[in-house]
Amino acid sequence: MNKYMRKTMVLALGMVLGISALTGCGSNSSANTKAAPAAAAKVEGKVTASGSSALLPLLKAGQQEFYKLHDKVTVNISGGGSFTGQKQVASGAVNIGNSDVDLAADLKDKGLVATPLVGIPFVFITNPDVAIDSLTAQQMTDILTGKVKNWQEVGGKDQKITIIHRSKSSGSRATIAAVVLKGKEFTNDAIIQDSNGAVRSAIATTPGAIGYVDAAYVDKTVKALKYEGVAFSIDAVSSGKYPVYTTGRMFTKGQPTGAVKAFIDYVTSKEFQDKNVEKQGFIPISKMPKK
Amino acid sequence: MNKKEMDKLTEKIFLSAALLLGVIIIAILVFMSKQGLMTFTEVSPQEFFFSAQWSPDNNKFGALSFIVGSLLVTMAATCLGGPLGILSSLFIAKLAPAWMRNILKPAVNLYMAIPSVVYGFIGLTVVVPWVRTFFNVAGGFGIFTTAAILAIMILPTVISISTDALGGVPRELEEGSLALGATYWQTMWHIVLPTAMPGIATAIVLGMARAIGETMAVQMVIGNTPQLPNSLFSPTSTLPSEIVVEMGNTPFGSAWGNSLFLMALVLLLISLLLILVVRKISSVKEVRA
Repeated sequence: MNKYMRKTMVLALGMVLGISALTGCGSNSSANTKAAPAAAAKVEGKVTASGSSALLPLLKAGQQEFYKLHDKVTVNISGGGSFTGQKQVASGAVNIGNSDVDLAADLKDKGLVATPLVGIPFVFITNPDVAIDSLTAQQMTDILTGKVKNWQEVGGKDQKITIIHRSKSSGSRATIAAVVLKGKEFTNDAIIQDSNGAVRSAIATTPGAIGYVDAAYVDKTVKALKYEGVAFSIDAVSSGKYPVYTTGRMFTKGQPTGAVKAFIDYVTSKEFQDKNVEKQGFIPISKMPKK
Repeated sequence: MNKKEMDKLTEKIFLSAALLLGVIIIAILVFMSKQGLMTFTEVSPQEFFFSAQWSPDNNKFGALSFIVGSLLVTMAATCLGGPLGILSSLFIAKLAPAWMRNILKPAVNLYMAIPSVVYGFIGLTVVVPWVRTFFNVAGGFGIFTTAAILAIMILPTVISISTDALGGVPRELEEGSLALGATYWQTMWHIVLPTAMPGIATAIVLGMARAIGETMAVQMVIGNTPQLPNSLFSPTSTLPSEIVVEMGNTPFGSAWGNSLFLMALVLLLISLLLILVVRKISSVKEVRA
């Protein structure tokens, strides 16, 4: 019996190791993009990208069209969030880290190069029963930091303000913190939902609720607020009047080369951007305000 | 291959299946502990367990509000669902006529087949607005709403296990009590319930284990905000709901990611503790006629 036990134990361990080896290899063998020889016009190789889930649908569309031009290149794009993308490109696990927020402080010295991809605008929304159309930056800050708790204090009716927004790991939240709150902290007295769609539907059903979503998610069930008296539109962003947006960018370790460069060049090209970017609720690079 | 070899082969297959199961459980425990305990290289245990300041941007990783939230919703759900479940099972096991029992028993099991996201969705669209208007509070998300939904979710566990326990009470005890002139209520209260107590306690504890680990339904109605609740109607967060909301965008291997693993480990240990309690309770000797 003992002999069998030992043998089967070995067998079982072997199975477990085998399974982990199989699942493990996906993440290890990605950083092997070879720069194409300078003479060859056709690029080939493998491009891996991870990060921002907001940019994922756009890049997936880019991937499909890129394949029509470069059939020798494989492109793998996954989500995971902006911070994950930054971390993985810094460690060399992927070639491109997609992010809608600036580099984290501890990654600033890792030699990462950012290529802007699109502008991602955000719109503040409220429940339709809120009798306010516009808030100033100061009023918005007071509400989101918890200083103002009743709509009456910003000119509305006597009604409690319920903040419904995203979790601390969300890139949208990080953008609002940087652009609107200028580093002040959100109040914790809020309801957290884990996606744009969930935030919108919770705001639509909760009286006195306020929050923010990607501009593409605004619909008739909620009321879009003006920010400093300016309603969101692509023109308002271009002219610099509407500041609540962030830049979706692609980080590479050093300047991109070979297939990675070809892919980035393609998704930032005028041809691709004109066709896809506005359709998905983003702002083309060409229409972003010059800084 | 003769019969003897066949026997040995079968034995090996069964044994390796059992071993594989054990290895997987241990691997999960080891992985969670390793990843979770790495949190303590950057966060002190005092901060993690006794501070409610959860602000990863500023390197504050106090998980107290999640632990308190988990324990509170579990206790509240047990207080609401426990008595309801025990009374229902008393009815099913002892009072209901046979034809009704034959309908109710499978009906209770049907409850278990409802996916938790369905409970959450009903919670979000029906219970949350109801709590908001009925109690006249802002929002409607919070401990009470969550506990009400969890109470319903633990009912099938509580009912089916305690029905079995009550059904196992020897008929002679009941009849003896009735023959001595006790009323039916007195018999239930003083004879049947105490006799079935180990089984009923097991049912309650397993219900608690179900409640504390519930993620999806809780995430949809609790509000998921890292603050200690100051009323039954203020939004807060629990260990599983916080993990599910944050894990998608949290870099693996950072102090932030590790502290989510530590929260999962805490949750796992609480569940294991509850299972141990169940084993202890069920080893209590049951009364035999």
